[in-house]
Amino acid sequence: MTRPVDSPIVVYGSRLLSPYIMLFGLYVIFHGHYSPGGGFQGGTLLAASLLLVRISSGSKIAQIQFSDMFTAPMAVVGVLIYFFTGLIAILAGGQYLNYELLPLGDMHGAELRYWGILFVEVGIGLTVMGILVSLYDNLVIGEDND
Amino acid sequence: MTDFLLGHYAYWFTILVLAVGLYGILVKRNLVKKTIGLSIFQAGIILFFVAISTKWNASVPIKVKGSHVSEAANFMNPLPQTLMLTAIVVGVATIGVALTLLIAIYKRYETLDEEELLEKFQ
Amino acid sequence: MIVSDLPVLIPLTFLVSALVVTLFGFWKERWGYPLAVLGTLLAVCLSLYGFFQVMDGSMMRYEVGGWAPPVGIEFVYDTLSAFIVLVINSVALIALIHSRVVGKTEFPGKRGGYYAVAMLLMFGFNGMVITGDLFNLYVFLEISSLSSYALIAIGDKKAPFAAFRYLLIGTVGGSLYLLGIGFLYVVTGTLNIIDMSAMLPQVIDNSAVIGGLILMVLGIGIKAALFPLHGWLPDSYTHASSTSSALIAPIGTKVAAYVVLRIMLYLFGDQLVDIGLPVTSIVGALAALGILYGSIMAMAQSELKKMLAYSSVSQIGYVIMGISLSNPFGFIGAVLHILNHALMKGTLFLVAGNLREREGHTNILKFDESYRKKYPWTMAAFTTAALSMVGIPPMAGFFSKWYLALGTIQNSNWLLLAVILISSLLNAVYFFRVLEKVYMRSSASESTSDTERQEVVPSMLWTTTIAAAALIIVGLFNASIVAVIQHMIPAGL
Repeated sequence: MTRPVDSPIVVYGSRLLSPYIMLFGLYVIFHGHYSPGGGFQGGTLLAASLLLVRISSGSKIAQIQFSDMFTAPMAVVGVLIYFFTGLIAILAGGQYLNYELLPLGDMHGAELRYWGILFVEVGIGLTVMGILVSLYDNLVIGEDND
Repeated sequence: MTDFLLGHYAYWFTILVLAVGLYGILVKRNLVKKTIGLSIFQAGIILFFVAISTKWNASVPIKVKGSHVSEAANFMNPLPQTLMLTAIVVGVATIGVALTLLIAIYKRYETLDEEELLEKFQ
Repeated sequence: MIVSDLPVLIPLTFLVSALVVTLFGFWKERWGYPLAVLGTLLAVCLSLYGFFQVMDGSMMRYEVGGWAPPVGIEFVYDTLSAFIVLVINSVALIALIHSRVVGKTEFPGKRGGYYAVAMLLMFGFNGMVITGDLFNLYVFLEISSLSSYALIAIGDKKAPFAAFRYLLIGTVGGSLYLLGIGFLYVVTGTLNIIDMSAMLPQVIDNSAVIGGLILMVLGIGIKAALFPLHGWLPDSYTHASSTSSALIAPIGTKVAAYVVLRIMLYLFGDQLVDIGLPVTSIVGALAALGILYGSIMAMAQSELKKMLAYSSVSQIGYVIMGISLSNPFGFIGAVLHILNHALMKGTLFLVAGNLREREGHTNILKFDESYRKKYPWTMAAFTTAALSMVGIPPMAGFFSKWYLALGTIQNSNWLLLAVILISSLLNAVYFFRVLEKVYMRSSASESTSDTERQEVVPSMLWTTTIAAAALIIVGLFNASIVAVIQHMIPAGL
């Protein structure tokens, strides 16, 4: 898994597919608050696009696309987004994760709940992507890479 | 009797899947196969929760304009499905931790066969 | 603002600590320890403050996200959960402060990740205690379980295999608990504990309720190491690093026992008698068997940590037995024993950590008089905790056993009373076996350089002695603690 596969069709095919899968992942995340989808599914798609390149092109090229230095910090940043979305609601005088009290322009009630979950979904998406990629990276450690 | 058997077919499948998973965990000697058994066991529970949320002639639970509480029978129960979304994530994390432990075991003992491992402990 | 948000702030402190430790710990490894201790200290302060808010028997119900229960997830912060949260966070603080040197010797290079996982473990435990929602409890249960697998895997050579076995058994346990929730959800249509307990009387004849109760107790029983389900515990505690066992042993099984208490006495309450199955008697009998089995197996061990692990199996039996008595004395005994056993086992595992750090082993057969001369304070702490385990007044352990015995007498259950008395004798046998070696057996090597005082570094010594002193203090002030526990007794008891 740390070396590229021999077939150029697989290598270039996966490189071609990867950005489109990523785009679809972003679509699923950003439409998750009013249609089926959301952070978990979208994050998995984002991770899938990265893992496709990692498996086909080997770790050397995959490091250029997305370094394994960033996976864990990205997961942490995702959870921090989630956490601060909730904390701002507390500071605004509500309960934890009560989106109705997020200070977002002149929106109120249900509309704020509608948009507030989007922040959480973005955080979840980043975390799921970071964790899944770092799981893969940790599992291939120790395989001979030349 | 036939109605009882056919009417609960989702539960029979659940029990079957749970049994297959438990068989893998208990009987298989290879630790990776045990992990797969664990995954199957969790899949059985997910199947159970999805089965209890299902209704005949019901649609996806998305609210459209003008729908009313009294029409609840027309929609699937979304709660067990969202619960299972979380349970799937927990399952992924469990498999991740299990595989990490297996790598640690393999690096130290160069085997994943349970009985060989127990021999090497002696 | 802060007071009403306490139920959610206490677990979140650990979540944020885990994130901060991950960010800084990967960057500079040595930052992991101070940040983790700081986060735990903050959580202890919050839980102490919160405990004084609700110690008069009042209750805080917190609607997460502003969704009213039973639709939304609810956190219930009453006297009982505030008490348990305070206990587990304080013991965790002691164990974490103790870990400074252990971390450098036992898992160098992994300290950043280690403390992050330890914080996640505490996040899971706090959440399990505070949450008022059954499925939310499952999620926190899995968070704490996954963290504890990782923590146990960091240890000696056999640790990953012990952790893997624990993972297999523990995940099956969690899954069975989830299945039990499903059964109850089908008949009641709610997941909120308070809401469900109000609905249960109407559906108590349904066989799915019995199935759900059995599956839930079975699943949590695995986590609590209830007698026939304890198989994972001895190996896990023995092979884990000193800090992991000092962190997980006092807290992990206690939190699971607390969940059993919540399910049996709060969720089902007086419905337990109508359920058509003598659940309390069965659980009580299993607990009694566990008490005897754990004590007998502990006597046969030559490895101190394994002896303590088997003693944990026995001690958790006391807590479960107190719950199964389902009378006020049994309740007081169980809750008091959660506190006492957390402190006692914490002290004993810290002593084991001290010995491992200095001697490199904890083999009881190699103990002799030189240990007393080399580590006078560590051994004094061990003696205090051992006497407390046996149940000698005025140590804390005596009083919880006293209330448990009163509970058995109130139920006229003489068999369980006999079990408590016999088990105290067995406790005495296996602890005095160690004490006899430490205080009586003349050392094999007579050289004077060997017997000079070689006490461990202050961070380890002070935490050990403070934990031991806490045992005496808890014992002396047990009356005021029991007065607080009396506010927790559920209405139906």
